[in-house]
Amino acid sequence: MSGLVAHLPVLAVLLPSLTAVLLLLIGDHGGDLHGGHGHRRVLWARRLSLGSAALGLLLAAWLVRETAAGHLLVYRLGDWPAPFGIVLVVDRLGALMLLLTALVALPALWYACGGWDVHGRYFHAIFQFQLMGLAGAFVTGDLFNLFVFFEVLLIASYVLVVHGLGRERLRAGVHYVVMNLFGSALFLVGLALLYAVTGTLNMADLALRVPRVAAGEAAPLQAAALLLLVVFGFKAALLPMSMWLPGTYAAATAPVAALFAIMTKVGVYAIVRVHGVIFGADAGASAWVVMPVLLPLALATCIVGALGALAAHSLQRLVAWLTVASVGTVLAALALSDAAAWGAALYYMSHSTLVVAGLFLLSELVAAQRGDAADRLVPASPVAQPALLGLMLLLAAASVTGLPPLSGFIGKLMILQAASAHAQQAAVWSTVLAAGFLTLVGLARAGSVLFWNVDTSQPRRGASGASPRLIGAAVWLLGAGVLMSLGAAPIQRYTDAAAMQLKDRAGYARAVLGPQGEATDSARPYQGRAAPGAPR
Amino acid sequence: MPSMEFLLATGIGWVVAVGLYLLLRGRSFTVVLGLSLLGYAVNVFIFAMGRVWSGAPPILGVGEQLADPLPQALVLTAIVIGFATTGFVIELALRSRHENGSDQVDARRDAGDLPS
Repeated sequence: MSGLVAHLPVLAVLLPSLTAVLLLLIGDHGGDLHGGHGHRRVLWARRLSLGSAALGLLLAAWLVRETAAGHLLVYRLGDWPAPFGIVLVVDRLGALMLLLTALVALPALWYACGGWDVHGRYFHAIFQFQLMGLAGAFVTGDLFNLFVFFEVLLIASYVLVVHGLGRERLRAGVHYVVMNLFGSALFLVGLALLYAVTGTLNMADLALRVPRVAAGEAAPLQAAALLLLVVFGFKAALLPMSMWLPGTYAAATAPVAALFAIMTKVGVYAIVRVHGVIFGADAGASAWVVMPVLLPLALATCIVGALGALAAHSLQRLVAWLTVASVGTVLAALALSDAAAWGAALYYMSHSTLVVAGLFLLSELVAAQRGDAADRLVPASPVAQPALLGLMLLLAAASVTGLPPLSGFIGKLMILQAASAHAQQAAVWSTVLAAGFLTLVGLARAGSVLFWNVDTSQPRRGASGASPRLIGAAVWLLGAGVLMSLGAAPIQRYTDAAAMQLKDRAGYARAVLGPQGEATDSARPYQGRAAPGAPR
Repeated sequence: MPSMEFLLATGIGWVVAVGLYLLLRGRSFTVVLGLSLLGYAVNVFIFAMGRVWSGAPPILGVGEQLADPLPQALVLTAIVIGFATTGFVIELALRSRHENGSDQVDARRDAGDLPS
């Protein structure tokens, strides 16, 4: 590795953070939107923000290309040796998540530039801080830094949730913030327990040390694992902790909700890293400590998400419930805990993120053309572009419920295939298929109310239709889902390879901690005295 | 005479209990107080997870015994983040009170609630 490639992991975090700082310097429109300084500021902020997001997409694509061959990019900040300094690690999974973030962020931002960004202050700067938090969470190789980046992305998301203000957003916003702060407290307790038992928070070092904790002393470690499952499950909307999601996502503005489609995947990613790898197959007394809990919860999440979609009274809330259902499917596949199921889960996760984000944008496009009824599922005046929007909704619905030949079908098929060798095959198959059927019914109901059950006595609203820019953003996301089914073979090869790479904990530790394995001249967990060989 | 560890553990437990009780109240003011208390308890917990030392500075070469400096550094980060988020949630609660005319976390207006 030479030159720029060696610095790619840190660039993925630096690019959005520097952009955000520049955007703060450019300043806000200050309500002055037509001509004048405010207008020029908005134009420059949009250009800078979009340019940076496009550059981020290129960077992520480059990282995927670099990691596809199988080696890990390890970046030691300040060149401190690994378990003691801060490390950033990009493997296939990290690069995939970065690419997914960029693929969702660019159209969401493009859509927001259609007018939502001036409904509040500093939208672009906060959006970039959110991207920085997401990128940091996906590249960090250290659990405490994972906490810090979680906080960065959460603080940005607190502001984005209430972007545009209004009663409903503030009400949902207070709930969202309070529950997340409680989650952060639990996260810290879990981290402190991990540190107390193992003396490290570096993921590679933990992967080496957790297996060595004897069965008699593993209880605090397992408590930490379960606490962290609560925290990550909350972010991912795993069942008992998923009730906050539909209200919050339905209240958020469309581009923010679309970006938040990736937020639940941060929780999924953290579960893979911590419970799949650190507490994975070879973790000694703590091996697979959460998996017996995770599978039933994930399957229940799947069903509840589908039932919620069936009962939703507005399109955006329906899409929010679909997010819950898709997370349930992904986590169920992860809980099967073999490499093939993980590969399938990663493929399905990529697909569902893109399509759900597209659906959030689409639901607002539809709502804008239905007058006062907005996106509520009641008969109203016909939309101005029934053919275009109807076809897009049909495409998205077919994709998200898993009808062939779209990517959702391929993803579900891969998950079902992977489950066929598993003891819980019957439960997984019946739940995933039943949830697919229920979401199909829910979406069919929504589509027929929105496009067919119209009150033709009322005039068409918004006769000009949505602007091509807004349509384009939704088409990008839905089109990416279609491309995922056309390119299914190479993508599946990549996700399978990513899953195999996750299983190789020794290789990960070697890449991060160096060929000698681990530092021997240190006493961890610390007992009050430096190790005999340590420099004083 | 109870040991230092016992006092610390029961103290953390008591503050967490009070924090949880306040967190489950209906008014956003008590909820914020509950979050703060929970944050304090968590900070002391992190500190205690580096083991309880007395008379041991976290500096190499000063004494024979050293305290673990890492949890102390982690606590500092946690305190800063907790402070910032508390500030934000207070501002958000004020704004919600302003828009909804109610201090209830679910923005419900009850009889005898704040004048709006």
